[in-house]
Amino acid sequence: MSESAISEADLQAYADGRLPEGRRAAVEAWLAARPEEAERVAAYRRLAHEVRAAYEAMLSEPVPPRLAHAAAPRAPWRRIAIAAAWVALGIAIGAPAGWQLRPERTVTQVVPDSSVIARRAAIAHATYSPEVRHPVEVGADDEAHLVAWLSKRLGVKLRAPKLDEAGMSLVGGRLLPGDNGPVAQFMYQSQNGRRLTLYVRTEASRNRETAFRYARENNVGVFYWIDREVGYALASADLSKDELLRLANLVYKRLEP
Amino acid sequence: MDEAKRLVELIPRLRRYARALVGERASADDLVQDTLERAWAKLHLYRRGTDLRAWLFTVMHNVHVNRVRATRTSDPLEDEMPELAQPGTQPDALLVRDLDRAIARLPADQRAVLLLVTLEEMSYEEVARTLGIPIGTVMSRLSRAREKLRAMMLGQSPSTKLKLVK
Repeated sequence: MSESAISEADLQAYADGRLPEGRRAAVEAWLAARPEEAERVAAYRRLAHEVRAAYEAMLSEPVPPRLAHAAAPRAPWRRIAIAAAWVALGIAIGAPAGWQLRPERTVTQVVPDSSVIARRAAIAHATYSPEVRHPVEVGADDEAHLVAWLSKRLGVKLRAPKLDEAGMSLVGGRLLPGDNGPVAQFMYQSQNGRRLTLYVRTEASRNRETAFRYARENNVGVFYWIDREVGYALASADLSKDELLRLANLVYKRLEP
Repeated sequence: MDEAKRLVELIPRLRRYARALVGERASADDLVQDTLERAWAKLHLYRRGTDLRAWLFTVMHNVHVNRVRATRTSDPLEDEMPELAQPGTQPDALLVRDLDRAIARLPADQRAVLLLVTLEEMSYEEVARTLGIPIGTVMSRLSRAREKLRAMMLGQSPSTKLKLVK
């Protein structure tokens, strides 16, 4: 590039104050003879300054808890716990084809999918309920945000039912990948540390309701049901079937519109 | 762990960039959260001693591109104006609002370049690496973005002082 040929890139770099001195002088000389170009470059400089000023306040804002949480180091055993849960449940998630071949599903087809939700919920429960430091992504202290966020991602209006009268308080929740889109998991805990998770996903076929069904996946008991466009599965490895049923009834009641 | 500490320190910058990029606060924080999650999942790919900021912005760029592709939301901003924190130190709320709106209307490719250069004050080389594009493309997008922004600010904001010549 010769000294006299001033390119558009030179003008941009000049506006950003990034030209070496010699080049800068050349650009200045060039601009001095071209008032319109000088005006344009001056406007770029002002705009850059104004853009920085416009968003500067964001730098001094406190970091929202969910982001601080997302940035926190992961315990290495978290990965191990997840792997262990998969093994314990004997699951190969990548095998839906094999799953379809199970006779009770291809023959009966009473409620397609309905046992899958129990299994998925059991896996999710086994994965996250042993977590000490990171049981949830967003804590109950930020409940409004948690529910709004998960509702937005699932595309339905969710609620985190209050189960305090049964001795279960909300710990928080997280977003999980599901077979047909995002899934929400709310986690509850009793005073003595027993945990309960509510797995919520949207259902492809709407306006369908099912009774409570019970399944036991390895050590995880699951009550599950479908209510219109949403499927629910309440899972715990720490509660008896009766206790879980009582809680399922309470959840169902709390979720009534 | 060193990276963890740096990661936390960089959150405000990630938020600022995300906010200007996606035009709305909650989605911006969603983007930052997804970026942090992904950064943890991919941390083994980060080479120690290299610029963690540039790496994170690359991660964020990829997450953003995938999200846009997945949702097919092009640029959602029409008349709805996002809320931007404006403490008393900011001289001209109208100017800020108009700028925010004008930036949202830039083509996504150009907006990213403009913001990395202007807000993050990355070198042109860093921008090229972060976005995975040649430096010539960085310069041409920067030039087009600025010209569009200038035109929009001249056209629609009575509160700007762009007529001023020194």
